[in-house]
Amino acid sequence: MNKFSIYQYLLILVVLVLGFTYALPNLYPTQPSIQVAYTDSGRSADQMLLNDLEETLNDNNINYQEIFLRENKIVIKFNSLDDQLDSKTLLQNKLLDKVIIALNLEPSTPDWLKNIGGQPLKLGLDLSGGVHFLLEVDIDTAQQGRLELLLDTYRKNFKEDRIQVSNSSITDLKLNFELKDRDSYNKALNKLRLDSQSINGLQYIITERPSINSLSLEYSDVALREIRDYAVGQNLMTLRNRVNELGVSEPIVQRQGSNRIVVQLPGVQDPTAAKKIIGKTANLEFRLEANSRTSPLRKEEFVYKENELMTASLEKAVVVSGDRVTNANTGFDESGFAQVNITLDMEGGRAMQKATSGNIGRKLAVLFVEQKSKSELVTNDKGESVIEQTTYIEKNIISLATIQSVLGTSFRITGVGTPQEASELALLLRAGALAAPMKFVEERTVGPSLGKENIELGMKSIMMGLALVIIFMTFYYRVFGLAANISLLINLVLITGIMSLLGATLTLPGIAGIVLTVGMAVDANVLIFARIREELKEKDPQTAIRDGFSRAFITIFDANVTTLIAALILYVIGTGPVKGFAITLSIGIVTSMFTAIMCTRAMVNIVYGNKNIQELKI
Amino acid sequence: MNIRFKFMKYRKIAGIVSIIIFSISVLSLTFRGLSLGLDFSGGTLVEVTYETPVELESIRTALTNNGFEDSQVVNFGTNLDVLIKVADQNGNSSIGEAVYNLLEAEGYRGELKRVEFVGPQVGSELRDQGGLGMLVALFMILIYVAFRFQYKFALGAVTALGHDVVIILGLFSIFAWDFDLTVLAALLAVIGYSLNDTIVVSDRIRENFRTQRDMEPMQMIDLSLNQTLGRTIVTSLTTLLVLFALFIFGGEMIKGFSLALILGVMVGTYSSIYVVANMLMSLTLIQEDLAVPEPEGAEFDELP
Repeated sequence: MNKFSIYQYLLILVVLVLGFTYALPNLYPTQPSIQVAYTDSGRSADQMLLNDLEETLNDNNINYQEIFLRENKIVIKFNSLDDQLDSKTLLQNKLLDKVIIALNLEPSTPDWLKNIGGQPLKLGLDLSGGVHFLLEVDIDTAQQGRLELLLDTYRKNFKEDRIQVSNSSITDLKLNFELKDRDSYNKALNKLRLDSQSINGLQYIITERPSINSLSLEYSDVALREIRDYAVGQNLMTLRNRVNELGVSEPIVQRQGSNRIVVQLPGVQDPTAAKKIIGKTANLEFRLEANSRTSPLRKEEFVYKENELMTASLEKAVVVSGDRVTNANTGFDESGFAQVNITLDMEGGRAMQKATSGNIGRKLAVLFVEQKSKSELVTNDKGESVIEQTTYIEKNIISLATIQSVLGTSFRITGVGTPQEASELALLLRAGALAAPMKFVEERTVGPSLGKENIELGMKSIMMGLALVIIFMTFYYRVFGLAANISLLINLVLITGIMSLLGATLTLPGIAGIVLTVGMAVDANVLIFARIREELKEKDPQTAIRDGFSRAFITIFDANVTTLIAALILYVIGTGPVKGFAITLSIGIVTSMFTAIMCTRAMVNIVYGNKNIQELKI
Repeated sequence: MNIRFKFMKYRKIAGIVSIIIFSISVLSLTFRGLSLGLDFSGGTLVEVTYETPVELESIRTALTNNGFEDSQVVNFGTNLDVLIKVADQNGNSSIGEAVYNLLEAEGYRGELKRVEFVGPQVGSELRDQGGLGMLVALFMILIYVAFRFQYKFALGAVTALGHDVVIILGLFSIFAWDFDLTVLAALLAVIGYSLNDTIVVSDRIRENFRTQRDMEPMQMIDLSLNQTLGRTIVTSLTTLLVLFALFIFGGEMIKGFSLALILGVMVGTYSSIYVVANMLMSLTLIQEDLAVPEPEGAEFDELP
């Protein structure tokens, strides 16, 4: 009478098997491991390095379980934490700063599970401990930099085309040209219009003022988007390199929104050190010293970093900037002072060669570019005094040395201070340059002990909540209660399985979401059972069971869809941990509908389906 | 079917009570406002744990003497955990470090549990997003309920949700409990939960309006409320059980979250009985409103 078709049982079976299979990786313990990568981020770990490491470990009788290449890293698994630490010290001492070694806990998921996409749940920072940074890229500064380059180019181009410019400047992110006469004005306008064409649309918005022969130009939205994407993309890459230097095993560096970047470093114990490396916006510029032939428009005064009273005037044109640096390390010069050895990429090398070949004997300056911020009291448009934070760029000379010979892709900078300072500079240069300055707009650090505490508390709440509900349901609904309880447990397994499969991150609010689901999941069953009780007053048990389930279905469906709407909106507006809550809640709603309607029904059918029952205890 | 509890007999009193509590909440929200947590206010928070209890007052003095005048120092959970909040609006991201270094220098060396910094801009964005999300959620639900039921139910449901949300916000304002992102999440979950309840009740009212044609609307609603009462109590009970487990064992970080949900479940259960039904009575729901036989019903009957 109350029977499921074979297909319905099959469906339940398939879902259960899949759910259990994908939940399974969470039962395997994690294993201490290390990850070895080359310091030079352009180089991927290879078989050679692997053999090298293997040999070193064998020579020193360190036991390891497995060593293999994964992506651009080499992963070595150990059986004990001692072996892990010993080998890190050993390998680091042998390979020095050629490699970065990160400690990690590797899941010991068996291969067959890995092959079908099985992986344990990822833990959010609030559970694993670590640092979360949100950085904002300063697009205006990037734009200003572009405009300065553009101004330089047009001054040159207009001169070549004999267009006479009486004045040119940059104000409020606009280029302004005042032309001598109408003829120059027309020629300049034509040139700007022509340059503005690109496959993606117009690059410039040109404001024409023919009455005073003046033109102004600003970037169009299309161009601004390109500038922004470039700046964010470039910074993203640089940050990845810098994070790499920190030796974190599973870092996340991601773009968020139009101009923000999220950096998550699980397991990092010292946020200050991490922040120092990530937040450094230092960059280098190589410029020639101005000489008597340099026009006053094309030179700039700079202060020395070490001595504020000393200044030098340099050419405005940048020969090479820090983003052309491919490698940098420290060394000592003949007299024992620290120096930084620099390697440039091909383009940088070419530019350096071009600039230095005709200028032997002139001086080349290294400018240290740093982003700083200051707070000041300003009056806003409402007349209130508010504190406003502004960022500005400070450029100081760190060295001004005579060009001895034509420089190419590799050369050295001397006079960079103590060995400590030299190695810090080398690190920053290695990690690359930022296309635009950034500032921290959000930071969350969770100590490792708090992470552990949160997991324990979360698990305890789930267990306690589950126990209370199970006891209540058993006493209140007896056999039906047992069926509902089994469904509830299946529900938990399914949530775990789906979250693991999706690679979703479990957070503390996520655990709270699971706890809440435990409480609310029984609601569907309660609705069904209450309905069956009611139907029993007028109908025989079998009909009552059937009608109870089917009548309650519509209600369950409506009630859950609306909760799902709320959960989805929460997912869209929430960040980090709150997103975790929205995920578990949404998954929980779907799985609880399935378990309450399908699994409980199947169990009830198996127990009562074929019997001729006179009385139903519910 | 006998009607054991004549809920609607007290509908006027319930309506007045609701309006009074609602008004107090609105007043408190207007004049006192919410005590916004770090997520929304921006600023810096440092949590340090010690092996022996420390004098909060001396930490306060140390902070004030060193330029952190606008700081709060409180115990967090136990008297071994100290939470320091600095309400700096400059967006200076290194205050956390400075505070921790200062504590160490002053001899309050403990284990750093967490540091959180939220820039003023991010704070206000989260605030706007949160408010907007809440409105969008209410609006979408209004549409769904109007589509699945009828606009009078939708109005009832959304009034009930607004009632619940405002009262919980009001309680957070009156008691100056910290309102942060997790509490906002809880509030949205409350919307989901309360709606769950509302729909179960509405569903039954709709069903009875179609089948029991010889009853007065008031009796009909009372009958529906009685029929769903058992379920309402059991579900509220199981949900409250787990929420209390979460409140007691879940730790300080989600206390606000579980508190908001506990209140939400209680208020939500009340509102699905009194607010929704009251609204339906006031809007004079009549048989014609639901006269169209529902096509989905027949279809769903074939399913499990």
